[in-house]
Amino acid sequence: MDINTIRTMVTLAAFGAFLGIVWWAYGPSRRERFERDARVVFDDSEPMARTEQNGERQ
Amino acid sequence: MQAETTYNYKVVRQFAVMTVVWGVVGMLVGVIIAAQLIWPELNFGVPWLSYGRLRPLHTNAVIFAFGGCALFATSYYVVQRTCHARLFSAGLAAFTFWGWQLVILLAAITLPLGITTSKEYAELEWPIDILIAVVWVSYAIVFFGTIFKRKIEHIYVANWFFGAFIITVAILHIVNSAAVPVSFWKSYSVYAGAQDAMVQWWYGHNAVGFFLTAGFLGMMYYFIPKQAERPVYSYRLSVVHFWALIFTYMWAGPHHLHYTALPDWAQSIGMIFSLILLAPSWGGMINGIMTLSGAWHKLRQDPILKFLIVSLSFYGMSTFEGPMMSIKTVNALSHYTDWTIGHVHSGALGWVGLVSMGSIYFLIPKLFGQKEMWSVRLINVHFWVATIGIVLYIAAMWIAGVMQGLMWRAVSADGTLTYSFVESVKATYPFYTVRLLGGLLYLGGMLIMAYNVARTIAGSRSFEATIPAPAHA
Repeated sequence: MDINTIRTMVTLAAFGAFLGIVWWAYGPSRRERFERDARVVFDDSEPMARTEQNGERQ
Repeated sequence: MQAETTYNYKVVRQFAVMTVVWGVVGMLVGVIIAAQLIWPELNFGVPWLSYGRLRPLHTNAVIFAFGGCALFATSYYVVQRTCHARLFSAGLAAFTFWGWQLVILLAAITLPLGITTSKEYAELEWPIDILIAVVWVSYAIVFFGTIFKRKIEHIYVANWFFGAFIITVAILHIVNSAAVPVSFWKSYSVYAGAQDAMVQWWYGHNAVGFFLTAGFLGMMYYFIPKQAERPVYSYRLSVVHFWALIFTYMWAGPHHLHYTALPDWAQSIGMIFSLILLAPSWGGMINGIMTLSGAWHKLRQDPILKFLIVSLSFYGMSTFEGPMMSIKTVNALSHYTDWTIGHVHSGALGWVGLVSMGSIYFLIPKLFGQKEMWSVRLINVHFWVATIGIVLYIAAMWIAGVMQGLMWRAVSADGTLTYSFVESVKATYPFYTVRLLGGLLYLGGMLIMAYNVARTIAGSRSFEATIPAPAHA
């Protein structure tokens, strides 16, 4: 096969994959999970603890 | 294995502090060479202080020492906090710190000695390149090892950006640095001619795209939501943003080689992909800025947020300017002029610098068990000094660049060039002076930061945060 045919196919496949990602990201059934995922950064607000050498605060 | 109850903050602390140290050093060298362009005598006739040797020292120091340390610090912090897992292998993490500092030290010695491959942003000779590759692979093992042992199912978007940055920089560095050594401090690239140029700028532009963009977008996606106390504007947009950026950046490199021996079609591809890049770049910028939607008042009171959000507006500016400059007819005017320098610095000082500074201001108190920085007022002062410095710098370079481009292409009625090159140099002097002033202000801001950080750290002791217990089902 001509190398340029393969190149064209790879380019189109990459573009197709990108469209698939857009569809996946914006699918209504996944709306809630992404909203949950966005809150991952706030899940770590545990009470702070100090090491022994820094015992002056709790 | 003993139960891990705390995060590894030690290596984050080391990198965070060195970010500030190398920031001061790298920007100081920048100010020195800016002054040399006005007063060439400032090299004092010493070869080690000549412009050609100090310029790569400046770029390496600010990109790989300042930027690199900021990326190590933030990625190690973010990956632990969003995976609820201690960093994989404390020993290997420590190796990445000391190895990276050794790389920087070797760069600071070899570049002034004139030891260079002469590849821009890849000047270091092959023994140092091997050390970089070893450190970088260790970095990848530490980072992905931590992802692998995560307690949170979802891999947060910031980690995707950090991960892409680590993998891509490894590939770029290893491919572009492939060389045949002829002695311990001299090697020749395995590529030749136009191929060598293309490989170099494939590397060079992705150093911008992945080292100076993807990693810092990782910072944006963690520190802006944290500091604003709001989740990112659209997580779904962040998914599309990530993949669009990854798919596109790789192909933009040829725009550095417009009107050269590079085949025309390759130049056109580079231009087209550079234009497409506007979409993911602005998508990401909008996602970051709109995170503050409904809470804009926070921007007025919180200087750390000012750093983070204003960095995004500079990101938006330079990612608009970049695609414009990649258009071949625009490039015919802008290439080889100081416009390019202005463009790079609106990205470097405005985006990379400010977002790093904001993130480090966020990190330092947390890493040393303090509530906030020693002086919040000084953060605000730093912000304004730095911003005025950036505006002076880029405005001066824009005007100088367009002026140079117009002077170089001006043709008299008889077909000869209107201006000699040296006339354009002479006309640039006033703008070099304004640029030096801008650089001095930016360096001044960095010194204010160094003082503030030192006062925050002084008297405080190192601090390790506990890993949250696994959530109950």
